[in-house]
Amino acid sequence: MQKINLCETCSKAKGVSDPTGFELADLLVGLGSTPQMDLQAVPLKCPICEFTQTEFKKTGRLGCSHCYDTFLEMVQSMLKNMHKGTRHEGKVPARHHKLRFYNERLKTLNETLQEAVAAEEYEKAATIRDEILQLESEATSL
Amino acid sequence: MKFSRLIADTGEWLKEEGPHRNIVISSRIRLARNLRDQPFPGWAKKTERLEIAKVIKVAIESLPEMKDAFSENLEELSPLEKQVLVERHLISREHAAKGIGSAVVMNVPQTLSFMINEEDHLRMQALSSGLQLSTVFALINRADSELESMLNFAFHDELGYLTACPTNVGTGMRASAMLHLPGLVMNDLVNKIINSVNKIGLAVRGLHGEGSEAIGNLFQVSNQTTLGESEGEIIDRLNKVIETILEHERNARQMLLERRPVTLLDQIGRAYGILGQAHSIGSKEALNLLSIIKLGADLGLFPETSRHAVDQLFIETQPAHLQKGVKAQKMATEARDTLRASIIRAKLNSMPQPDITKISITPEEEESHDE
Repeated sequence: MQKINLCETCSKAKGVSDPTGFELADLLVGLGSTPQMDLQAVPLKCPICEFTQTEFKKTGRLGCSHCYDTFLEMVQSMLKNMHKGTRHEGKVPARHHKLRFYNERLKTLNETLQEAVAAEEYEKAATIRDEILQLESEATSL
Repeated sequence: MKFSRLIADTGEWLKEEGPHRNIVISSRIRLARNLRDQPFPGWAKKTERLEIAKVIKVAIESLPEMKDAFSENLEELSPLEKQVLVERHLISREHAAKGIGSAVVMNVPQTLSFMINEEDHLRMQALSSGLQLSTVFALINRADSELESMLNFAFHDELGYLTACPTNVGTGMRASAMLHLPGLVMNDLVNKIINSVNKIGLAVRGLHGEGSEAIGNLFQVSNQTTLGESEGEIIDRLNKVIETILEHERNARQMLLERRPVTLLDQIGRAYGILGQAHSIGSKEALNLLSIIKLGADLGLFPETSRHAVDQLFIETQPAHLQKGVKAQKMATEARDTLRASIIRAKLNSMPQPDITKISITPEEEESHDE
């Protein structure tokens, strides 16, 4: 733990007005570098596990994997200076590989569907729609 | 598998002779994984933790490599038994502090260990002797791939594997090697090495990881960052740094042989003398002296066969290991120190005296200080 002595002006400049608000996550994030943490009028809360922003500031840990969606911005600003990069470059679970494949294929098919409809090729559109439905049901059963 | 059988043996890996075994004690890879739709252990309720532990435990036990595995809920283990596992690096100190809702599963050779509901739902590690991080990664990666077909692991397209603490996201991997660096320590070079390694995003820690002291000249080098690089890239980077440290350690040992042979002989002789005659010895002093005996074995002053005996003592003389065979509730420190000394004496006295002819002291002279 590092002790920093700040004069009144500096502490204000760094946004340290309330000493109790000086929590672990602040230190992890770097002082004053995440205005969104303080400016949030209503503290964020994970809709799935009800983990709150206050809790995150206190422990530096999250409540569940879905918290990453709720707190994504905060987490990303923390990770920016912590790691070699901001994007995962490693292993991808097989299930995700397949999901990615399905999502990409579905995206292309939807585009072709729009084109077919626009061109009034309804027979073609129907075939594409069937394929989309088939893929969607396969993807959800993964 | 019974716990008594597990602790009777320090594990197959210790007997193996991995690459660079005289400097690198072990290689370890740990992966952190979480279930997608369950709260992380620190936020989960007791009933949720019990459910999570059950699901994960069943999946692990079904792996072919975990046949006859040792599998136990943590509340079933005594503090002493947990401490034995910590001393063997099979579970973390943090995990040992857990109780109901946490569990541990290990294979028979003690090369694979799964901590359930530590900070993350699952932390799995593979361990092996010497420097072989890629081989160790292949082992744990196979287990991970088998498990992901049964368990829905939390994964994010951008952030990779999601963990309770954002510092571990991405690969969720920590790769580490335990290095024995008496040469660098005796030449006062080890801090310089630690500082430069820290600067390039790797961590150097003591024997028992985070916040622990460097005793017995043992240092753990590991990656700090987990995001933005693949597992292979992280391991390559770590390997390169370790190879460099090994080279420095070899040079440092050579320097001792050439410039300070008397100091070296004196240290080895004293270590042999004290360990062979002490009747009460603390864990820290024992490890520090055993480290010097190990160096002596590396330099050929003790027969090759004594090396395994010394490695064994490194583990067997730690506090919980000393007490594992003892029926009494808890031994007092003095009793432990006496027992430790007698175990070491017995082993040391079965070893011949250091063969001092292995170190040439003819060109011995004071280092010239030209300033």
